Amino acid sequence: MSNILELRDVTRVFGDRTVLDRVSISIRQGSFTTLLGASGCGKSTSLRIMAGLDRPSGGDVLLDGKTVSGLTAYERNVAMVFQSYALYPHLTVAQNIALPLTMRHLSTLGRVPVLGSLVPGASEARRMILAKVGETAEALGLGELLDRKPGQLSGGQKQRVALGRALVRDPSLFLLDEPLSNLDARLRVRMRSEISALHRRTGKAFIYVTHDQTEAMAMADQIVVMIGGKVAQAGAPRELYERPANRDVAAFVGHNAINFLEQGDGIEIGNSVAGLRPEDLSPDTAGTLSARLESAEYLGSEIVLGLRSAKGTEIRAIAPGDYAVPAPGSELRLGFSPRKLHLFDATTGARLETAA
Amino acid sequence: MRLSPDQRSALTSLWLAGPATLAMVVFIFLPVAIVAVLSFTDYQFGASSFNWSGLDNYIKLFTSSIGQRAITNTLLYVAIVIPFSVGFGLFVAIGLHQMSTWAPRLSNVMKTVYFLPVAATLVAMSVAWQMVLHPSLGIVNQSLAALGAAPQNWLSDRGLVLYTLAMIGIWQSIGYNMVLFLAGLAAIPSDLYDAAEVDGAGSGWSRFWTVTWPMLGPTTLFVMVVTATNAFRVFETVATMTKGGPAFASDTLVYALYREGFVYFKAGYASAITMVFFVFLLVLTLLQFRVVEKKVHYR
Repeated sequence: MSNILELRDVTRVFGDRTVLDRVSISIRQGSFTTLLGASGCGKSTSLRIMAGLDRPSGGDVLLDGKTVSGLTAYERNVAMVFQSYALYPHLTVAQNIALPLTMRHLSTLGRVPVLGSLVPGASEARRMILAKVGETAEALGLGELLDRKPGQLSGGQKQRVALGRALVRDPSLFLLDEPLSNLDARLRVRMRSEISALHRRTGKAFIYVTHDQTEAMAMADQIVVMIGGKVAQAGAPRELYERPANRDVAAFVGHNAINFLEQGDGIEIGNSVAGLRPEDLSPDTAGTLSARLESAEYLGSEIVLGLRSAKGTEIRAIAPGDYAVPAPGSELRLGFSPRKLHLFDATTGARLETAA
Repeated sequence: MRLSPDQRSALTSLWLAGPATLAMVVFIFLPVAIVAVLSFTDYQFGASSFNWSGLDNYIKLFTSSIGQRAITNTLLYVAIVIPFSVGFGLFVAIGLHQMSTWAPRLSNVMKTVYFLPVAATLVAMSVAWQMVLHPSLGIVNQSLAALGAAPQNWLSDRGLVLYTLAMIGIWQSIGYNMVLFLAGLAAIPSDLYDAAEVDGAGSGWSRFWTVTWPMLGPTTLFVMVVTATNAFRVFETVATMTKGGPAFASDTLVYALYREGFVYFKAGYASAITMVFFVFLLVLTLLQFRVVEKKVHYR
């Protein structure tokens, strides 16, 4: 499998602010890549540079092995879904979905409502467009809504129309900029699996920008974590979770915020910082760590314990749902498997490989 | 006595909205009603009595050649000013909007320059225009002569005068329309332009028709209504530069109303003109809001 898209040492400077600093990202053909990071980390700028909506100040963008720096978004034939959906409010759902096709297959004259039908070839093109739009709309469950305007649709429906507009044109690559962040939690989970299904069906590469690590972990086969305009780590979700390259990535990835322990918190680690995920730390009478219990959140399947070490560091641990929680203030012993301990350099934050 | 919360909030509403409503009734609705009544009489200012004259005033306005001239002149003036003023306003706004990305300082200076005619007193500006359009000394005719073209009597040629006034009307209103369009342009989400770019509508022309023009719909409607009402009310330029002449060639409804009412003191006839003027504006506004609103807000 080859790379469909590649950023090579891409830098983007706005005024005196460096938003992207020598970013290199490779996207494999047919893969699902997530650009993950907090707001302002440069993930959206990277996506816009991939799309051709923004130009890099330095570095190269390669599409299918060829430099595309001079090509517009349309010439790159990428599809993009925006956080705001960016639907044309004056066009119906059908017209919104059809727009990329009408722009491609009809001349300027052919797009004029009545006059257009007199242009040679315009009516065949129109029939083809109508058929494709119908097909796409059916696949997304929009068949009933084709004559509505975007203003009459719910958030989820707008999202589907935006997806339809991307799907209808058979692009080389799909770019999605936080497409689910305007939806409510329940709908977000559903759309998540729908987008995954769409990815499997089209077989095209998807690049998905999000700040939500759960979304990234659930959908992607490659996650690129971006911090401060740089690529902090790129790899499969499992790799990122099990072997975070530095402290910041460890803090960003994972459902429960990771604990950082220092010398004096009850473990012998010398002059480094230990990362230990709450799910790898549980009450154990034979455990080596000791901390005072401060709070307990009962979540049914598990109980999240909030503790404090003798040195005052906050520690979170997870106990099974049937664990009998002792009174707050009591000293608890916690156990963990040494294999699950991540060690980081105290000054640079980089991963130390002597852990195991 | 204790009032229930409902009564108290009703009282507050009355207290807040009441004075303005009262003022509107006394100073707007009542005079309009009086004018409407007067328009069916032969009342003269200062007279102690009047006679009912039925529709005589209206018949006179619509059948006399001077009355007809005032109406057609006004309609022609409006028909010229609206498209050019709105079109140029939009054109200038788009130009300055794009300019503000690469030359913000110059763009701001230009905005101010375009807005000057709006801020300036039109009466004073009319004097300046009179100089510019002077048959022998004015810069317009001097330039025409230098180019070898025949000089024109811009303000005293019967066939030209209305177009000259319309041109000044356009010049005066472009700045205002430009400001409104600039606000409309600033409100268009940049995502839509990005989407258009990705969809292949990224070139200037298709960008305009796919995003800019439809998104400016509400602004354009508002600009047209404002321009139309102002054009219907054209008075200052007529009064200061031509007095409706030569031979009523630039007579307009409001100028005729002023002449009949305040020069000849024919309050009845002037009231009839006012009512016609009022109906024109009402129809125009209703038409634009009822018919166009649905098409503009995309519901």
